[in-house]
Amino acid sequence: MKATVLVRPKQGILDPQGQAVESALGHLGFAVRDARVGRVVDLEVEASDPAAARAEVERMCEQLLANPLVESYEISLDG
Amino acid sequence: MASPQPRIGVVTFPGSLDDRDMLWALAALDAEAVPVWHAEEQLPDLDAVVLPGGFSYGDYLRCGAIARLSPVMNAVAAFAADGGLVLGVCNGFQILCEAGLLPGALRANESLTYVCRDVRLTVERTDTPFTARCGPGQTLVMPVKHGEGCYIRPDHLPQEQVVLRYGEPVNGSVDDIAGVVNEHRNVMGLMPHPEHAVDPLLGSADGAFVLASLVDSARSRALAIA
Repeated sequence: MKATVLVRPKQGILDPQGQAVESALGHLGFAVRDARVGRVVDLEVEASDPAAARAEVERMCEQLLANPLVESYEISLDG
Repeated sequence: MASPQPRIGVVTFPGSLDDRDMLWALAALDAEAVPVWHAEEQLPDLDAVVLPGGFSYGDYLRCGAIARLSPVMNAVAAFAADGGLVLGVCNGFQILCEAGLLPGALRANESLTYVCRDVRLTVERTDTPFTARCGPGQTLVMPVKHGEGCYIRPDHLPQEQVVLRYGEPVNGSVDDIAGVVNEHRNVMGLMPHPEHAVDPLLGSADGAFVLASLVDSARSRALAIA
């Protein structure tokens, strides 16, 4: 089963990358605010059903893919 | 009775850079510096362990996130849980945070630029095994060289765990925190590099205040066990 994990800096955590992107978009003439830059992890997980797959990916997030102190994560499953 | 040379291990991960400088500095400060390979599942007989700076595993995912899964880190965690002295410098600090042996996390510098220069630090605590040779409020000058040294502390980090603060803007660290200890004060991490500042020829010898404190503490531990 395919899973996509979206990892973001938590609200309130300084995100200088997001600020740099926001400023660069401003230079291009786009009026944007609150740009935040995260990370996407695509993976294929062996699991019998979506609930089991989600639980497995959640454990991956807690143990490795995200640092819970400074990052939040969202999991989506496909197929 | 002759004062024994404490045995201090320095772990080399794939991508460590400062392991040799750390071995050299510890030996110059009269410790027996012992190289330790990251793939070892057990530590040799040691009185302290140092995780040096560098870019372990290419800093992939997050700095220190992969290195903390190295076989040797289980042994380092057990050593720390047993009260053993563990010091992490720069990438070593990042690894200790990722491993949960120290509170907090290190993220990209506020400036998004790599910072490489001597900085002033203020010693906040002298009652730790890593700063016992310092005076209260002493200013130390040591180099930093990092792109991801912005320290994010947990919400309720006790003040007594903050050991070093920057005396000038460096990387956007919350409360200017440059170095912390764990609750039991036997594990410390700092972003500046004491091993690059142990000889006036290198611009500063202030790093020796930290490393010689560690050597003293490791020696006391060796004598207590002997």
